[in-house]
Amino acid sequence: MSAPDFLRLDLPALVAAMLACGTCGLLGSFLLLRRDSLLGDALSHAVLPGIIAGFALTGARSGLPMLAGALAAALAATVLITVVRRAARIESGAATGAVFTTFFAGGLVLMEVSGARSVDLDLDCVLFGQLETVVWLEAQGWSSLLDPAALAHLPRQLHLLAGVAAAVVLIVALLWRPLHLLCFDPDYAAALGLPARRLEMALNLMVAAAAVAAFEAVGSILVVAMLVCPAAALRLLTDDYRVQVLGGAALGAGLGVAGYALAGPLPAAAGLTLSLNAAGAIGTLGGIVVAAAALLRPRAAAGRREEPAIA
Amino acid sequence: MTTAPPLEIRSLTVAYGDHPVLWDVTWVAPEGLTAIVGPNGAGKSTLIKAALGLIPALSGSAAFFGRPLDEVRNRVGYLPQRASVDWDFPATALDVVCMARYPRMAWWGRVPRAEREAARAALAEVGLEEFAERQIGRLSGGQQQRVFLARALAQDSDLYLMDEPFAAVDAATEQAIVAVLRRLTEAGRSVVAVHHDLSTVPDYFSNVLLLNGRAVAAGTVQQAFTPETIAAAYGGRLNLLEGASVAAGARA
Repeated sequence: MSAPDFLRLDLPALVAAMLACGTCGLLGSFLLLRRDSLLGDALSHAVLPGIIAGFALTGARSGLPMLAGALAAALAATVLITVVRRAARIESGAATGAVFTTFFAGGLVLMEVSGARSVDLDLDCVLFGQLETVVWLEAQGWSSLLDPAALAHLPRQLHLLAGVAAAVVLIVALLWRPLHLLCFDPDYAAALGLPARRLEMALNLMVAAAAVAAFEAVGSILVVAMLVCPAAALRLLTDDYRVQVLGGAALGAGLGVAGYALAGPLPAAAGLTLSLNAAGAIGTLGGIVVAAAALLRPRAAAGRREEPAIA
Repeated sequence: MTTAPPLEIRSLTVAYGDHPVLWDVTWVAPEGLTAIVGPNGAGKSTLIKAALGLIPALSGSAAFFGRPLDEVRNRVGYLPQRASVDWDFPATALDVVCMARYPRMAWWGRVPRAEREAARAALAEVGLEEFAERQIGRLSGGQQQRVFLARALAQDSDLYLMDEPFAAVDAATEQAIVAVLRRLTEAGRSVVAVHHDLSTVPDYFSNVLLLNGRAVAAGTVQQAFTPETIAAAYGGRLNLLEGASVAAGARA
């Protein structure tokens, strides 16, 4: 494959997969440590009506209205989950499940009645994304990477992904210690006077933003996989908070790149006609990595369980 | 020196859903070591959490040193129940104790050396200095409880609210914790602890609050911790064994 072809077809999708999976992998550790991985699943689905509403109101698949709609929907869903939990006095998993499936289903209905479906958004795109359609047709060669005119035509999904990824990395860095405490012992965080509720909300909104930015490129199923798999694999391998969080991000990004390469470019380079759905390949790799981590675990973590405790 | 009591609860009522847990509790915690005792479901932990604003109260208020909590937060330390957190969490004993000092640091960057040293000193206070770098999941239950105690100590407060500091610990840990509590009061600090073992109340504490949804009795252990008040707090629920151990404790 020539350099222009690589730049036009593969590089944008590769970068999109890396950013989407890396951002989700970064946030996944916080959800996992809070024993709230289901919330990632929930938020990534609950944003759908917001995305559709943003789309229907502006009539275009532009990033910001859809992002704003998604954040509003995520906020509404988190508040509603709390309300249902209190009002119905059911356990939080059930409340979460009830709210997010309702939101997702509502989004599907909204998609039909708003006419969004006839244009460009459909169920396949929602579930599996369309990584293969993230292309940069203006690229002429390596020099295009330095050409502002060509760069301005980078696919819009990349702009949104890069913006959200940068914001999430910055916020996580600024809230590093409060997030650590919030994950371990939220009551103690509140007793110390840290704004625990607002930190929780910030975390949820970051997850929602990452979900919506990643969702169009890689689909909601892969968003869930990347919120859970890298964090789960690291959790099995390390007892170090920094390694857990940063490693989750790196593993997510690596899975995105490796999965995309395995789905198309590598088989093509090897002369095979095989071509897989990239999201499927990335998600499958994620599962394999968790399984591999579980097999490696005895050496890393057996000590944690069996080391005789000294009183 | 202020004369306001460390903790004053006024007409506190708390409910989970429609199920009331605390009814119109008014109580002043004196200086020194105070135990909150009562049967399961009496609202002992709820009282502490509501005072700290961790769960909403239907009515009533709590004042610390005569002021609202927000104005004196650095004077109030908290030790939650050990079972309330996941001890498999990726953190060392020192990491956990450092959390007490988070309000004194920036939210990012490295933990300043002075704060790290303060945390180490707190670990030494509970006899765990050599376990500072150990992942908390690899500590015994008693050691984990002492890590939580060290974290409370690292807050360097004037009043410590402790939720079952003696829950499920071995005898050696229990004695170590008692020693720390005594040193705290000798240094002029106050402790309010939820306590389960009626037989050790007279040994460990100077004051007591008997709680069963309402404040049944409060005062010094000699005045307020009598067979009558205990029976009133526990109703018919004090079994023979507990009765015997209370009697033994009172004789000791």
